[in-house]
This record gives sequence, structure tokens and C-alpha cells, in this order.
Amino acid sequence: MSISKEILDDVALSEDEYNLIVQQLGREPNLVEIGLFGSLWSEHCGYKHSKSLLKLLPHASPHVLVNPGEENAGAVDIGDGLCIVMKMESHNHPSAIEPYEGAATGVGGIVRDIFTMGARPIALLNSLRFGPLDEPRNRYLFGGVVSGIGGYGNCLGIPDVAGEVVFSPSYSANPLINAMCVGIVEKEKLVSSTARGTGNLLMLVGADTGRDGLHGASGLASRTFEDECELRPTVQVGNPFMEKLLMEACLELAETDYIVGLQDLGAAGLTSSAIESASKGGSGVIIDVAKVPRREEGMTPYEVMLSESQERMLAIVKRGCEDKVKAIFDKWDLRSDIIGYVTDDGIARITDGDEVVADVPITLLTTPPLYRPQGVKPAWIDELKRFDLSGIPDIGENASSVLLQLLASPNIASKEWVYRQYDHQVQINTVVAPGSDAGVLRIKDTQKAIALTADGNGRYCYLDPYIGGIIAVAEAARNLACAGATPLAITDCLNFGNPEKPEVFFQLEQCIRGMAEACHILNIPIISGNVSLYNETRGEPIYPTPIIGMLGLIDDIQHHCTIGFKREGDVVVLLGGSTAKTDGRGGSEYLDAIHGIVAGDISIDIDLERKVQLCCLDAIRQGIIASAHDCSDGGLAVTLAESCIAGGIGIRGKWEFQGKTDSELFGEQQSRIVVSAEPARVGELRNLATRHQVPLKELGTVGGNRFFIENAIDVPLDEVVSAWKNSLAQAMR
Amino acid sequence: MKFGVIVFPGTWSDRDCYHVLAKVLKQQVDYIWHKSTDLSGFDCVVLPGGFSYGDYLRCGAIARFSPVMSAVEKFAASGKLVIGICNGFQILCEAGLLPGVLTQNNHLQYRCQWTDLRVENDSLPFTSRTQQGQVLSIPISHYEGSYFADDATLRELEASKRVAFRYCTPSGEITAKANPNGSLNNIAGIVNKAGNVLGMMPHPERCCEQIMGGTDGILIFESIIGEAARVA
Repeated sequence: MSISKEILDDVALSEDEYNLIVQQLGREPNLVEIGLFGSLWSEHCGYKHSKSLLKLLPHASPHVLVNPGEENAGAVDIGDGLCIVMKMESHNHPSAIEPYEGAATGVGGIVRDIFTMGARPIALLNSLRFGPLDEPRNRYLFGGVVSGIGGYGNCLGIPDVAGEVVFSPSYSANPLINAMCVGIVEKEKLVSSTARGTGNLLMLVGADTGRDGLHGASGLASRTFEDECELRPTVQVGNPFMEKLLMEACLELAETDYIVGLQDLGAAGLTSSAIESASKGGSGVIIDVAKVPRREEGMTPYEVMLSESQERMLAIVKRGCEDKVKAIFDKWDLRSDIIGYVTDDGIARITDGDEVVADVPITLLTTPPLYRPQGVKPAWIDELKRFDLSGIPDIGENASSVLLQLLASPNIASKEWVYRQYDHQVQINTVVAPGSDAGVLRIKDTQKAIALTADGNGRYCYLDPYIGGIIAVAEAARNLACAGATPLAITDCLNFGNPEKPEVFFQLEQCIRGMAEACHILNIPIISGNVSLYNETRGEPIYPTPIIGMLGLIDDIQHHCTIGFKREGDVVVLLGGSTAKTDGRGGSEYLDAIHGIVAGDISIDIDLERKVQLCCLDAIRQGIIASAHDCSDGGLAVTLAESCIAGGIGIRGKWEFQGKTDSELFGEQQSRIVVSAEPARVGELRNLATRHQVPLKELGTVGGNRFFIENAIDVPLDEVVSAWKNSLAQAMR
Repeated sequence: MKFGVIVFPGTWSDRDCYHVLAKVLKQQVDYIWHKSTDLSGFDCVVLPGGFSYGDYLRCGAIARFSPVMSAVEKFAASGKLVIGICNGFQILCEAGLLPGVLTQNNHLQYRCQWTDLRVENDSLPFTSRTQQGQVLSIPISHYEGSYFADDATLRELEASKRVAFRYCTPSGEITAKANPNGSLNNIAGIVNKAGNVLGMMPHPERCCEQIMGGTDGILIFESIIGEAARVA
């Protein structure tokens, strides 16, 4: 063969895959063609290892307007002629190499996916994972990522309304940076990314093309990496100002009928953008790379086609409308150039002036070989499941100090240090700001609001990927239920190790099966998503970490709910949670943070989960309860403390402990929500719970300035607040 | 009365200001593109927040050269009302319509949070609906909001009661802890000599509806509307 192993390595193609290309093409591909195949057959663009599994995820629902893979993002109808467009994507490897630019361009990419569809971005969320903060490099990564997200998102004027940050040694060398963007558009004005109509023009808009980000899709996103410095030049540099202009210009363009499609340039740049658009339309394209404006001299056609220079869009312009389209981009001081046109022969033909430099049928490029490796259950799963928790000493009289330690642990402590660096109010829709179970945004000119959350638990999925997958979906839905929102749709980001390893493939498959099960039972479709594989360094895969971004709808904004206790004398009630097979300590934050153990069994009763959520939603809509908070990391005691902190008021807790003190206070049994209600409404709440077949338990009364749980905990509220509030800022000092 | 909301490339509070003025306060409002030079028909011009020209070079430094700014200068000279919010404040300083400069926050981080502001002069066209010493709760969102001016300028600002708002505690004390960005004398907003040009870092348009967590911002816009009615 004429192509060297080195070149194949550069584009992450195997020799078998190369041979397949030769066979299908009927000849040896040239270098430019190899670049096209390498990008489009990469895991990032082609989903070689995950496609067969992703089919398991349900996406049918009467509300869904755009399904996964059809367009740049999924879309769902929220009534009033409006639709919400959303997607989540990872930028893990770029951020591990260059945290500021990696995270910033991650935001840039996901925002483009949204306005590409004609939707105005109205919210950003992000789900972040780092190694422990006592490592200087982890502090550098964490600090850099947060300022990168802020630096880019703040400049665009898109509020950052919710998210999560988790620290674990599992992510030390391979942090996870998952960014989600949500947009809104009138249903009739959704823009497609399809290139169709022979003779229509391909117009490249925005930034000039440089050598930055070559091999991002095939190199960075689709394999493991060892030497960070060597790969630094593959990370792109963002220009949020250019993105803001592009966004406004494209939204103006979307109001016209001058275009048939709009597509952003993301991973694999012009290659994936033009070819995927043509593929969707069953068309062909001709692109003349000589017409692509460059920011560097001497770029080869290969480099132009694979560049991942940021802030570029491809408009598929109706022939005859090019001047009108150009005028819009001129108004925004943006460059726009016609670089090719749509054909009807199904061929991607790349020229450099008069010379043809690539000529490949598009169906070959967009039909990578699919792999369905055999998963093998990792040995540690049964071992850790059997781990005997009876040896863990009960905390006895130390419950108060354990509570304070947990509240100060970076995974539970206030994330204000993070979100105060993000504009979370711009666009004046933010009704519930970061720091609650879910962010809530009003939809102007309607009675409605949407609730948004991004959530995941890698530790659970490590212990049991199937149950962990169920819990990931269940918990995100529970977050929305606590805000008073009915879950409508999911966008997900699946972060896993190298899928070519049977144990990692097992995790991927089981997590997806678990998620699918929960989606079916809770009736929530997955409308878009992203798969990030090869998250490992020096042979160690990360915890399997599916992140669930979920959208919920609140029909009447007056009926939204927050986590803080509201009034002295309100009764605190626990909804749900008594049928668990496990004692809740397995896989808990308590076991990890206090005892340094990641082990034990986890469980969830998904039917009960559904009932608890419906009960909570009814209680909010009927105005029975004043607060609702999902009981998750840190268990019941931490949940109660968070409701006290948010409300600025104490609690006098008293209930009968069923098991060990630590299990009772800090165990993480699923399907539980802590609510509060005026004493006069508790009867109604009981009736509602009975009707929904949900267990209910009174836990005490809101009031005073102490955090008090009889026979267990007694701490002044001030101490609770300061343990929780300051620890992240202190760790980053 | 009729408001004009100027849109520079990179402005993002334009839509928020428009929403509040048109939908909440039921006023006439038009956007003004930064290349326009005609401000006739407007009673008050708003320079909203955002990152005009990406805040590249120095915030406000490029926007001040936009064609609309020479019109704003004449508009202000004619005695009409100009309010610059956040990036708008920075642009007014760069354009020389207000003294001093906004520099990086002293902690070198972006800050989006609620702040308390004490009204330092309630006889301005922008504060007539407030009381001297009243504490307003209004959010900030900036990286470069630390007000700086030389000693002489600062003395003159103070002596002529041109400091409109100062960052304070919820009970109205001016303390270092209440200062979110290191501004000299806790300055959050100032006016020009004539008193018809206000620059402030906090965003009053973000707190004009109860559902947004507060309505103190309305007092500032209502003051402007009242003033315009008085002049007319």
C-alpha cells in the first residue's frame, strides 16, 4: 500500500479499515481522501463502536420534532408554537491539554449546534469532572476550565443556569468537560442542515481557516493520548466575539427564505460539515479549497479540509440569493465566500482551482464499519458488590462532625465559586439560578417555564453500570420534579474509556441499557447526544460516566418550587424511599469521603421512583408544599442541611431510625424527596401520597437557628453554612 | 417618551433593556444600530451591557469610535438623558463623557451576583424616585468593573455629589467587604457635570419584575421617565 502506517495513525484508521476503503473505492485513496475517511470514520463523527448500542435508547415521543442524528441538535415542542432545541457535547481531551481554550471552544461548538438550527441560545449548562483539588495540576485544570467557560459564554450573553462539578481521582489525568446548550425557536422557523437543490451555493462564513485543530476529531476525540504537550497544537483557540457576530447574523438569516440549510463547522471542520449536509440531502458537493479564505500561507488542500478553526459556518444558499445573504453577513462585519455548490451525483469532489484533489462517493464516507465487540463483565463488579459494609464502624456521637465534613467536601460544598464567574442572569429569564436542583427559566410572553439539569454519577456506574445508568436518568428527572417540571426530553453525553477493551464495552452497553430502561418507564425520550470514548490515560479508564441533560416543562410558572425551607413551623416530610434492598451506604459520598471506600451495592426501584416524582409534581401544582429537594449525594442529613442553608432557617428533626445511624443520615437510598409544608396541609399531602402509593415520613419541623436531629446532630446553622459555603473557594486559594 | 437602545457588535443587554422598557414599563423603544448617526426623536439613549467588539484592546476602547458615539456626544450636550449600563458605562468613560475608567476586578475574576447599592444623590434625573441613602438591590455581571480615577477627579466627583450609587451592605454601610470589585470609594455609578449622563456597572434591567428576584431597577427607569415628562 502507498499510504504509510504513520499517516493512518495520524487519522486514526486501522490497516483493516484502510483495506476496506481500497476495496470499496476500487483504488488506493490519495492523501486528501484518506483525511476525509479518517475524520468521518472516526469514533467522534462515525460512532463506530457506539451506534449499535445507541439504537437501544428510546426517542419516540409525540413532542419530539427532531430526533438524534437528524440535525445538529434535538428539538422538542413545548406548545405555544415554540420549540426547544438542545444538545450536550464533550470537550474532554482538548481541555485536559489546554483547559481555558479547550473549555471555551467546547462552549463555542455547542452554541453553534443550537443557532445552526435557527434557535436563539437561551441557556448553557455544564457538567465537569476533575481529580482531587489537593493536586496542583487539578486546580490548574479546574480553574482554567471554569474561566474558559465563563470567558466564552459571558461574552456571548448566554446565561449559565445549572450544572455540576465532581472531584474524584478517577478523572485526574482525564477531566470531563461536558457542555450543554439550550435554544428556543418558533416551530415553523426551525432551520435544517441539509444541503439539497442542485446548483445551490455553499457559502463559508466567519473566521478564516488556519492550521489549528488539525486531527481534532480523529486524533484527540477518538483515541487515548499520553503526551499532552505534543498535542497542544491540536487544540483550537476561540474568539467569542466572532461567535457572537455569527450567532446574530445567522439568526437574522434564519428569519429569511434565502437559504435551504445551515451547518456549523465543528469536529473535522469543512469535511464533516459539507459532507454530512450533502449526505442528509442525498446530494453531492463540489468544493474548491482555493476559494477558502486562509489565515496562513501555504496550506494544503488536506489541511484546509481538516482544519478545525473555530467560529465558521456553512450556509447552503439558494442560487440567486447570494447577494442578499452576503449583505446580512456584511452588516455584521463578517466575511462570506462562495466555495462550492450542491450537485446531484452523490459525490464529494474537492478541487484546488482546476485540479481535482478528492473524488469520493459520499455514502462511502458516511458509512463507516460498525463494531460490536463482545463485552466482558469486569471482575471488580461482583467483588465490590459483595464488599461487607458491616465492618464500617458506625459514627455514633460523631454525626455532627461527619455532617460538617461532608458539607465541606468539594463534591457537596457550594459551587458558588464556580457559578459566580458565569453570567447566569443575562436575557432576564432566570427564575431559579444555579445552586438549586434545576435551573428554571421563564418563557417570555407565555405562562410557561422550563427547568434544566445536568447530572451523572460515575461512581455508581463503576459499581454497577446497569443500575448506575437507571439512576442517572432517574435522578435528573427527580431534579426536575423538585422544581415542579414534567420531564420532556434528554440530551446525553456518554463518557467512557476505550471501547475496544471488552470491560469498557461492557460498561458502555450496560449503562445504555440501564438508561434505556429508565427512559421507557419514566417516558422520557433522548433527542440528542454525544459519545466521548477513549477517556483514559496510561491504560486507566475513567469511571463510566453518562451525563444526563434533561429538559422539563412547567405549565404555569407560578407553580415552580425551590429547595429552601420557607417558614418557621412548616412540617418536614420525606416522600418515598423505604423499599430499597440496600442500606444506601454502597457507593455513597459518605463512604468515599469519610472512609475512603468506593464499594458496596446500589439499587433503585424505578416504579417507585416514578410514583414519587408524580406525587411531588402533584403536591407542587396543588400548592401543598413550600419546598422540595432531591435527596442524593450525602443522603438525608445533607439534603436537610441544604434546604436549611437555602432557606436561611434551621430544623428540629425527629424521627425513628431504622438502621445504623450512618446509613440513616448519610445513606443514598434512591427515590426520595424532602419536602416541607404548612402543618394544615400535611393531611392533604398524606392523602396524595397514599393515592400515589408513595411512602411518607415526617422528619420534624422547620425553625430556629440550629441544625438539630434528635439523638444525632446538633450544630448552629452558622457553622453548617460556613462549612458548606467556603470550602471550594478555600481549596482554590 | 421614547428610548433608544444602542446596539454595538457584541452588545447583549440590548434585548433585556428593550424588554423592560417596552413590555414592563410600556414605553416606546427602538434599537439604534451603532453605525447610525441620527438620534432625533429620542428622549433617552441607553448604552447596554455586553462585550462591544469583544472588549478587545480595552473594554469600550473600540466602541467609542463607532459612528453613533459622535451623535451620542451631541445628544448629551443638548441636555438629553444618556444611561450607560456595564459595558455602556465603560464606553462612556472611554468616550470622555464620564471621567475615570473601569479596570479589572481586584480579585481578577468575573462576578455575577446581587449587590446592594446606596443612593448617594437622590436629586439626579436618574434617582428622583429613590430616597437619599435608600439601599437598592441590583445585580452586577462583569470582569472589568473596578472604578478608578485620579485623586483630583475623585475629589471633584465627591464634592459635586456626582457619585450616584455606592456598593454597600444590606443595611447601607459602605464597607470593603461590600465592594465586589475593588472600586475606589465603593463607586458603582457616577454622573457627568451636567447630571444628564449616568454610568453604572450594575444592571437595573435585570431586576424590574418580581419573578426575576427583585424590582429595584424600576426605580431608575421610572426616574428617567418622570424626568422626561417634567422636561416635556
